[in-house]
Amino acid sequence: MNRDLIDGILAKWKHDPDYAIEILQDVQDAYRHLPGDVVMYVADTLAIPVGRLYHIGSFFKAFTFEPRGRHVIQVCMGTACHVKGAGKVLEAFSRELDVPEGKTTADGLFTVEAVRCLGCCALTPIVTIDNELHGEVTPSKVKKIIKAYKGR
Amino acid sequence: MSDTAMKTLALTASQHQTRLAGYKGLLMVCTGTGCVSADAFSVRDGVRAALAKHGLDDKYLVIGTGCNGFCAMGPIMVVQPDGIFYERLDANTLERIVTEHLRDGQYVEDYLHKDLSTGLPIPLMKDIPFFSKQLLLALRNKGIVDPDDISSAIARGAYSSLHKILAGMTPADVVNDIKRSGIRGRGGGGFPAGVKWESCVKAVQKTGLEPVLVCNADEGDPGAFMDRSIIETDPHAVLEGMCIGAYAIGAKEGYIYIRKEYPLALKRLDAALNQARAHNVLGDNILGSGFSFDIKFHRGAGAFVCGESTALMASMEGRVGEPRAKYIHNVESGYKNRPTVLNNVETWANIPLIIGQGGAWFASIGTGDVSQNPWNGSSGTKVFSLVGNINNTGLVEVPMGISLREIIYDIGGGIPGGRAFKAVQTGGPSGGCIPESLLDLPVDFDSLTKVGSMMGSGGMIVMDDRTCMVDVAKYFIDFLKDESCGKCTPCREGCIALSEILGRITAGEGTMEMLTELEDLCATMAAASLCQLGATAPNPVLSTLKYFRHEYEAHVHDRRCPAGVCKALITYSINEKCTGCHVCAVQCPVKAISGQPKALHTIDVATCIKCGICADVCKFAAVTVE
Repeated sequence: MNRDLIDGILAKWKHDPDYAIEILQDVQDAYRHLPGDVVMYVADTLAIPVGRLYHIGSFFKAFTFEPRGRHVIQVCMGTACHVKGAGKVLEAFSRELDVPEGKTTADGLFTVEAVRCLGCCALTPIVTIDNELHGEVTPSKVKKIIKAYKGR
Repeated sequence: MSDTAMKTLALTASQHQTRLAGYKGLLMVCTGTGCVSADAFSVRDGVRAALAKHGLDDKYLVIGTGCNGFCAMGPIMVVQPDGIFYERLDANTLERIVTEHLRDGQYVEDYLHKDLSTGLPIPLMKDIPFFSKQLLLALRNKGIVDPDDISSAIARGAYSSLHKILAGMTPADVVNDIKRSGIRGRGGGGFPAGVKWESCVKAVQKTGLEPVLVCNADEGDPGAFMDRSIIETDPHAVLEGMCIGAYAIGAKEGYIYIRKEYPLALKRLDAALNQARAHNVLGDNILGSGFSFDIKFHRGAGAFVCGESTALMASMEGRVGEPRAKYIHNVESGYKNRPTVLNNVETWANIPLIIGQGGAWFASIGTGDVSQNPWNGSSGTKVFSLVGNINNTGLVEVPMGISLREIIYDIGGGIPGGRAFKAVQTGGPSGGCIPESLLDLPVDFDSLTKVGSMMGSGGMIVMDDRTCMVDVAKYFIDFLKDESCGKCTPCREGCIALSEILGRITAGEGTMEMLTELEDLCATMAAASLCQLGATAPNPVLSTLKYFRHEYEAHVHDRRCPAGVCKALITYSINEKCTGCHVCAVQCPVKAISGQPKALHTIDVATCIKCGICADVCKFAAVTVE
């Protein structure tokens, strides 16, 4: 655990338990998941039960307890994407990478996720990878997209 | 109220206007999220570079604006003051616009908007049908102000309403004017804002507790991006609205609860807050009036139920977003048990305009007579995100009472690819699907509720004949099943049961009894759920059962999905249009397609996994799905 990093995050939010969600968001951004020891440390420092942080971590979609892959593939499941075939795009990513939705490939390279509406409904179906947006994705484009990220 | 403060505001406005007047023209490049994802920043920087190259950078100023609204055509640039609209720009085309149009005075026709039916170019933005039927109130500054520059907003009148109330209106005057306007909450509930504020003032008098003001920017409805666009376009409209609300109820503390998935909106809001403080329209002793108010953020972490006000406030306190029963209202005991007024982004953005032009003016727009009773109609406008199977995808603002048909066909340009219209879905996951026969329905809070849908926050998703309505119902129920917080049984178990039944119908295992079971479950959930998430969850099921029952029956009786969507009930085959190009056979991930070059190919149904790639790559429409 990088103590300075976590202390920095806690100081940024003034050790205020009202900002427990924001603190965990910053931890998630730094580690790409919520490591157990960090969550314990945060709970101890804020003097709140660790159960409360676990409750938050398991309730909100932004958090994961398992490490994510180097590249996080987020397939938008908003309504506009759904009616334009986002389900088939998600299946194509899962099939090509041989990994179920929400999980990470064995080599730790890719995590495939279905996510809530990203609000770019003009370019449906939408996929973001490492926060880069790919619009009008069809199942036949999936192979090529994955290939572009493999070397990075 | 100090004179100096007022003069400073006026000076900022006039300095900004003088600066702009030094230019021959302004190039407004849309940098909303939609256009940015189509590389609008390269367009903005590219046009600056092209101007410099041709020595025109002292004659034309490039301004990055918030969302223009016509997202389908991005990246977009509008040449002002003439209002020439260029669409689908890329970095390579900017040179032509600079030389041919700005230097030589000839419009570059290739990038002008074309009329959908005639194909003729329409140079002026105001003549394009997408824009001409809109009425911009909440989006009054879209494409005009630079969201990163408060002086451009002040030059357009931002904070003049705040100045007006501080100079000569009592808090009670403000509440009364908002009541007179009849404005109802734009977040979905449709509760009259003035009534809410008045109750809060009463609660403050009763309890002596300090009130809190909240802006709900946790836009969670799939297919909706109105609030994000308002913040990205004109953050000061929201901040000014909140300041006015704070003055009316006597709050010193305000919060904006915003989704973390909206990075650009967060960044612009943060910058706007700092600039507002620097200009003394936010913070201590606002404009020298003695009134103080400041705003902080809370970032949402992805939970649809947090759009529900009590759940939102729980998560603002650093807890999970579970709603509570609302026999005690938020206006009496909300955030940290203090009297709390919560309104959404669009409502706040309307407030300065109502104060500026008067409640009676606002009440004159829209349906019904709200002057005596705000429940008696729907005043003002509503912003919708028009998405799905529609030509002109984007953000539109229309007066209440306009018909669905006008929105979809006149503004939206109808259904692409010559397909037939099937349904329009409003109100987010808890809304309903409205069929063709009801397209002349006026769009207002009460008419939409009457037909089994609702206004919601403004998502409007158009569906064509290839959309399966049973699948759509299942999609929304699955969404709500995932997002149900699990606190109350009717919602938690009800969503699971609905999802299972719909799953069996789409898998071809449905019975007619199941349709009755669906209706029974829906009635229980509507009556017994703790919050509106569960209580309105039945809407997508009930509205599709009501208007598209024949599709359910086709799934149950004929084991057929008429729209060709439900996997278990469809097969892929190749028809006589096949030219034998072999592309599908190469792309098929399971090698289910065979055939000689230049001869009709066939799909082995037993091997086919129905992934859709063959239909996707075929250039000859030779793949039939039925």
